[in-house]
Amino acid sequence: MTDLPAEMDPIPLSAVQHAVYCLRQAALIHLERLWAENRFTAEGDVLHAVADKGGSRRARGLRRVLSLPLASARLNLTGVADLVEFQGLVPFPVEYKRGKPKLHRADEVQLCAQALCLEEMTGQPVPEGALFYAQTKRRVVVPFDAPLRALTEATVADLAAVLASRQTPPPTLHKTRCRACSLLELCRPEIVARPVRHWRDRMLAKALENP
Amino acid sequence: MKKLLNTVYVTTEGTALKKEGEALLAEVDGVERARVPLHMLASVVAFGPILLSPALIGICAERGITIALLDRAGRFQARIEGPVSGNVLLRRAQYRVADTAEDIVRSIVMGKIANQRAVIRRALRDYGSEMAAAAREALERASDRMAMILRRVQLSDTGVDALRGSEGEAANLYFAVFDHLIRSPDAELRWTQRSRRPPLDAINALLSFLYTLLTHDCRSACEAVGLDPAVGFLHRDRPGRPSLALDLMEELRAPLADRLALSLVNRRQLRAGDFRQMEGGAVLLTDDARKLVLTAWQERKKEERLHPFLAEKAPFGLVPYLQAQMLARHLRGDLDAYPPWFWS
Repeated sequence: MTDLPAEMDPIPLSAVQHAVYCLRQAALIHLERLWAENRFTAEGDVLHAVADKGGSRRARGLRRVLSLPLASARLNLTGVADLVEFQGLVPFPVEYKRGKPKLHRADEVQLCAQALCLEEMTGQPVPEGALFYAQTKRRVVVPFDAPLRALTEATVADLAAVLASRQTPPPTLHKTRCRACSLLELCRPEIVARPVRHWRDRMLAKALENP
Repeated sequence: MKKLLNTVYVTTEGTALKKEGEALLAEVDGVERARVPLHMLASVVAFGPILLSPALIGICAERGITIALLDRAGRFQARIEGPVSGNVLLRRAQYRVADTAEDIVRSIVMGKIANQRAVIRRALRDYGSEMAAAAREALERASDRMAMILRRVQLSDTGVDALRGSEGEAANLYFAVFDHLIRSPDAELRWTQRSRRPPLDAINALLSFLYTLLTHDCRSACEAVGLDPAVGFLHRDRPGRPSLALDLMEELRAPLADRLALSLVNRRQLRAGDFRQMEGGAVLLTDDARKLVLTAWQERKKEERLHPFLAEKAPFGLVPYLQAQMLARHLRGDLDAYPPWFWS
């Protein structure tokens, strides 16, 4: 990913999370600038309003930095971490999420992308971080192991290719994801690649035969 | 399905519209007449001298609520829009294909003629047996010739101008028999031919007014999905003309506007006295009649129909938005063609 074209805009960290959920969702939001609120996104906003106040606090040898700007030149990423805790020099990113731990790995990938940025920015290894889920009010510690790092890098590469192509890809095959997606009615996965010309001819034939 | 949000039509001269909290407030002489929550609102259409507060204009721009200013006769004067929605890639695709959009034009023309023909077929089915033989035969003949034009439109590969020609030919056939669709006994409510700017008879005045409302909705639909309403496919670009909104409107004129005009007249909800003739021949709706038409239009927009391509029920009022969305999805490569809206 070092040979990025110079004019390529940095990729928002939030897009990485969208991309691991569904590349088409990421393209609809970031290429086509579509957005729709649903209950899930609204809850997320309320949650982040708390975290977005910024600032840093120190307690028991732990330095907590809210809303920390992040970037990676290598991966062409940019964004803001909800919270990074520094135990000594070692950064520990914490991301606030609505709901509870998910079956898919979108939240972990987003957190791992933050870790990759932090490693590049601080020069320190970032072995783990945590997701804090509003519904369970629990921290889930996420180790940044080799498979998660590989998935994150692959997701960033796929996303970069989609954004560079400027072409919105076809919908995901995971129908359960479509059901929870706030963009469902803007995406309309059910009609993609449905043959319109044949349909049009059939409709016309019906109109003409039916007096 | 996206929610059908309200459009507020303001016709009372001197009405003051303001923002109050999260609502639009309409006052006449300092007395509250209406209050509409902003989150239920898609657009505000003001006829003639209506006052708008700066705070209301600001919040409407921010929330994507369009404000259209029309003169008292319903002629377009201005629109207030918030920031243009951001899909530059969609607009570029729209501009790229605008000069070579034969298949999109085919869809639009096909939908338009099929829907005009469906209006004729519907009349024949509903009261063909009560019609004079000559009228029934004229309608049957027009319907048959429109069917021939439709087959030609479907098969020909002769370019956009030929499609435009077919559209004009069908429109002539349709309007030549339009008088047979009117069942009002009022001698003043007859059809001779299409006239506009200004409309020269009552039926034309009614159609022009309904087309104005439909244009507004189609234009808002283009804006809502990020299309440029000024760059059309069937309609050539002309400065100041919302060509794409007019393109979208073609399929919808007959089923949404013409059918509503016919039922208002045929059910005698509108009579000769609801129109007034100006010096010089222009005919306008009276203020009361305009309110009646606006109410009927709002009601019609709430009626649900099966969307033929999406195979989902949708209120009439959302059809312009859904068609704009189908067009956008075609331009972005999801669909091999633009699916017209067939009314049945």
